[in-house]
Amino acid sequence: MSSPDPTLDTANDTRKVLVVGASVAGVRTVQALRSAGFTGVITVLGAERHFPYDKPPISKEMLSSESTGEPVPLLTEDDVAKLDVELRLGAAAVRLDPAAKVVTTEDGEAHAYDVLVIATGASARNLPSGEGLAGVHTLRNAEDAVQLRSELAPGRKAVVVGAGFIGAEFAAAARAWDVDVTVVEAQPIPLAHILGDRIGAELGGLHELHGATLMTGVTTKRLVGETRVEAVELSDGRTLPADIVVVGIGAEPATAWLKGSGLPVSNGIDCEASLEVTGFPDVYAAGDVARPLHFLYGEPVRIEHWTNANDHAALVASSILGTPVPRPALPYVWSDQYGHRIQIIGLPSRGELVLTRGSAATGNLVAAYAGPDGVLVGALVLGNPRMLMKCRKAVMKSVHHADFERDLPAAS
Amino acid sequence: MEGTTTMNRRFACTTGDLDPGESMTVPGEVKIALHRTEDGEFFATADTCSHEEWSLGEDSDLEDDELICPLHMARFNLRTGEPTCFPATIALKTYAVEVEGDDVYVVA
Ligand SMILES: Cc1cc2nc3c(=O)[nH]c(=O)nc-3n(C[C@H](O)[C@H](O)[C@H](O)COP(=O)(O)OP(=O)(O)OC[C@H]3O[C@@H](n4cnc5c(N)ncnc54)[C@H](O)[C@@H]3O)c2cc1C
Ligand code: FES
Repeated sequence: MSSPDPTLDTANDTRKVLVVGASVAGVRTVQALRSAGFTGVITVLGAERHFPYDKPPISKEMLSSESTGEPVPLLTEDDVAKLDVELRLGAAAVRLDPAAKVVTTEDGEAHAYDVLVIATGASARNLPSGEGLAGVHTLRNAEDAVQLRSELAPGRKAVVVGAGFIGAEFAAAARAWDVDVTVVEAQPIPLAHILGDRIGAELGGLHELHGATLMTGVTTKRLVGETRVEAVELSDGRTLPADIVVVGIGAEPATAWLKGSGLPVSNGIDCEASLEVTGFPDVYAAGDVARPLHFLYGEPVRIEHWTNANDHAALVASSILGTPVPRPALPYVWSDQYGHRIQIIGLPSRGELVLTRGSAATGNLVAAYAGPDGVLVGALVLGNPRMLMKCRKAVMKSVHHADFERDLPAAS
Repeated sequence: MEGTTTMNRRFACTTGDLDPGESMTVPGEVKIALHRTEDGEFFATADTCSHEEWSLGEDSDLEDDELICPLHMARFNLRTGEPTCFPATIALKTYAVEVEGDDVYVVA
């Protein structure tokens, strides 16, 4: 990262920084603070007992028969020693008193701070009847992936509730184990709310191409089973036998522990563009849990993407230390499904589809989206990282889609 | 024999082979990515991103004096190889580039 600025006295800054959440946003914040030269005390509280690990592999590598199924660490023990950070694992924060500047953990321990960074991310939504029923899984933590992986075997029947990215990634991983997969999606077309009908249908088509069944426009009514799931009852009266049910219906910001703190919490934690929590100096939010004023969109936006958590970590460190603000980046997310890499830049949902090249079935798809003024707002590619970078530049520079299309090489 | 620089240098391409704003991989024992900025200046870095496995010569993007990896959007300073944003935390090795007439060489 960038070298310390000699005019800022980060080395004699004795503030005590407390980070709650030991995953992508939390760990990267520590790395950014240290690489900017901050020498004060840093403590990180993490609810999980696992050594900090990365989340995207949970629905990818960790489920693959070609991997060991171990979590992918975010750093090494050696890194932790070098970062000089007190890492408290298995220590969930349960209360915040911003006036006293104290966070209390599950075991009753009080942690005083000068600066607080909230990086508690999000937790997976479950079906009301899914809690406590064996064979029903959500995918958010390493533990979830380990348990789910142990249930994958040829010929078993899996029902996936929700054809979003995590559901689709699981479906792809399960097909590779020769699991019999049915994906149930409430919308008539998967992902239509973010990518539109045409591209949603392209991506949804991948399931059928790889031997999974896709049922759309139907919801789950009830999970059948006493202690272990046996079947899924659908809203249209059909019943699907199931050994495994994976619920991929989105995530909720992990803010329950902030109840009574007075922090502005609605859909995530409201914060300024600097990630300082609105009305609470010395309290910051980063990653999936944060809902800052977005530099590009001029309104609060909460983003559940990995690079966003990385970008927030760098930004939060610069806000705390007063170092130069990092270059703002466009929203970006990738997903790996059935051997294809899908990449999305910008926010396609803020526009309409204006350009399509190729198809998902051929392994090379490009789709660009523009707002009412014709200016590009986002793009999706499948199997074409080069085009993604072209689209990224065009969105960043607010290029009109007609100009973009004219400059495209005929064969891309 | 030849001096130390020429001994380890490798022919990469001719100036006409690489358009401004483009990158390529120079094969060899250690793969090197050769980049040409929009201003026409040449730089060489390690071919593999320091974050995960990705060939920066085959696919990457140049913006001013930075190199961007398309997999997770890490950025590197082309001159120093230093990462300028997450997820990369390790610098890319950089190599000298020598242009002689139309021929471009990297010094490994
Ligand atoms: C299965 C899966 C696959 C994904 N795949 C992709 C992908 O392919 N591409 C992409 O761009 N993004 C992907 N994402 C999204 C990306 O991983 C997240 O955006 C990123 O992890 C957000 O980081 P975070 O640190 O904000 O939150 P999280 O990763 O959710 O981490 C928050 C941490 O805080 C801890 N915590 C929660 N409450 C407390 C508390 N009260 N006290 C202490 N600790 C607490 C949690 O245990 C957790 O470890 C995926 C996410 C999941 C779950
Ligand atoms: S591989 Fe280059 S940023 Fe991840």
